[in-house]
Amino acid sequence: MPRMSLTVNGKAVSADVEARTLLVTLLREHLKLTGTHVGCDTSQCGACVVHVDGRAVKSCTMLALQADGARVLTIEGLAPEGGALHPMQEAFRTHHGLQCGYCTPGMIMTAIDLVNREGHELDEHTIRAGLEGNLCRCTGYHNIVKAIAAGASAMKGKRRAASAA
Amino acid sequence: MYDFTFHRPADVKKAAALLQSSEEVKLLAGGQTLIPTLKQRLAAPRNLVDLGAIEDLVGIERKGRNVVIGAMTHHATVAASAVVMKAIPALAELASHIGDPAVRNQGTIGGSIANNDPAADYPAACIGLGATIITSKRKIEADDFFTGLFETALEPDEIITQVSFPLPIRAGYAKFPNPASRYALVGVFVAERGKKEVRVAVTGAGESGVFRVPAMERALVKRFAPKSLEGVKVDANSLVSDLHAGAEYRAHLIGVMAQRAVEAAEK
Ligand SMILES: Cc1cc2nc3c(=O)[nH]c(=O)nc-3n(C[C@H](O)[C@H](O)[C@H](O)COP(=O)(O)OP(=O)(O)OC[C@H]3O[C@@H](n4cnc5c(N)ncnc54)[C@H](O)[C@@H]3O)c2cc1C
Ligand code: FES
Ligand code: FES
Repeated sequence: MPRMSLTVNGKAVSADVEARTLLVTLLREHLKLTGTHVGCDTSQCGACVVHVDGRAVKSCTMLALQADGARVLTIEGLAPEGGALHPMQEAFRTHHGLQCGYCTPGMIMTAIDLVNREGHELDEHTIRAGLEGNLCRCTGYHNIVKAIAAGASAMKGKRRAASAA
Repeated sequence: MYDFTFHRPADVKKAAALLQSSEEVKLLAGGQTLIPTLKQRLAAPRNLVDLGAIEDLVGIERKGRNVVIGAMTHHATVAASAVVMKAIPALAELASHIGDPAVRNQGTIGGSIANNDPAADYPAACIGLGATIITSKRKIEADDFFTGLFETALEPDEIITQVSFPLPIRAGYAKFPNPASRYALVGVFVAERGKKEVRVAVTGAGESGVFRVPAMERALVKRFAPKSLEGVKVDANSLVSDLHAGAEYRAHLIGVMAQRAVEAAEK
């Protein structure tokens, strides 16, 4: 079995994986980082979005081996366990940007990628266009859009949302 | 997904050698088409050659009157490129509406062109602008490259390395996306390439992929304006009818999108 190593949430890890192992399978099943979700497994829903070398990607549509040597950031890497939430997570809580929470990790990783690319002042159109690859079956998106606008400005001045972990 | 042997060569030469020496082998670029295909077991290669570690395949360069884009350049990089935005803004605009942000962060121009999905965006730009596809073996004019549904002129052991787009006088792209998939229900790329040459390339609608509309091209050579396209009809007979849209509707959309593309080019 091929051996690979990468950095996940700032920690160096190695794993033996079958070549066909998806990145999301490596994260959830090998590394037990179950914050990243699988909603569709067909590249449609965005529940599985993580950052690889600073870019938001669908981890169900990437082989683990494609991330060999890369820096991966997952929802678990945004805030220290038991510590204060990341401003984007906090904004989702304050603005009721989630109901069942299934889509939320992917929404938040996508939102932070959007801030990294487009800055802290995001209008509604930019946010909705940025969420084209993320589906939510509960909220109707309205509060997600509000949460992202608020989270984006709250991130201003705070630590540059770990595009690199 | 069936298992396979994963190769990660560091240069194009090694990748080409692997293609020649391995059985049941396939190239992997961004994986945004291939990985879903593998999951559905529509393809089951025994060897996968990942182009992801080949740095030479990434980048955007202005070379004289051309913009040259490396095969492994992500859609998001093309969309955000200052070089592309200045030289061929319609191309940056096209790239910025492929799929969704995560797909654009991972999908590549080489993969899109090699795949030649009949609803993909880049083939329309290649035909519209008269691009040249540069491979590990030769240069292929876009006109000779796209040969049918998911079919190209590529040989089994040939690798796209770059795509070279000549600068048009002006160009525009308009797409009516399928609201679920974001692929083009109809996409029209219009380019004025010279005083006497206009190209109109249509994706999403043709039974054998991207095609040109000579009647529209003639009308636009006379006068490059949306009005010139009024009354120029596209025959629905050779167009796709599927669960997303009927051929008549697509024929109508081609007219509307072509006018919008000309409008976009005028800006
Ligand atoms: C949800 C979703 C929405 C999408 N929406 C759109 C859309 O709106 N418009 C659009 O155009 N596309 C869309 N796509 C497709 C996307 O653009 C893909 O990125 C693209 O079609 C394939 O590129 P890739 O780099 O991912 O290639 P891969 O999937 O890795 O490869 C595709 C094929 O090309 C071959 N190949 C790859 N690179 C080369 C090369 N350099 N030389 C020779 N052969 C090569 C591979 O062997 C494979 O057969 C969408 C995809 C998804 C998942
Ligand atoms: S689980 Fe990856 S996009 Fe839905
Ligand atoms: S909160 Fe339930 S899917 Fe989005």
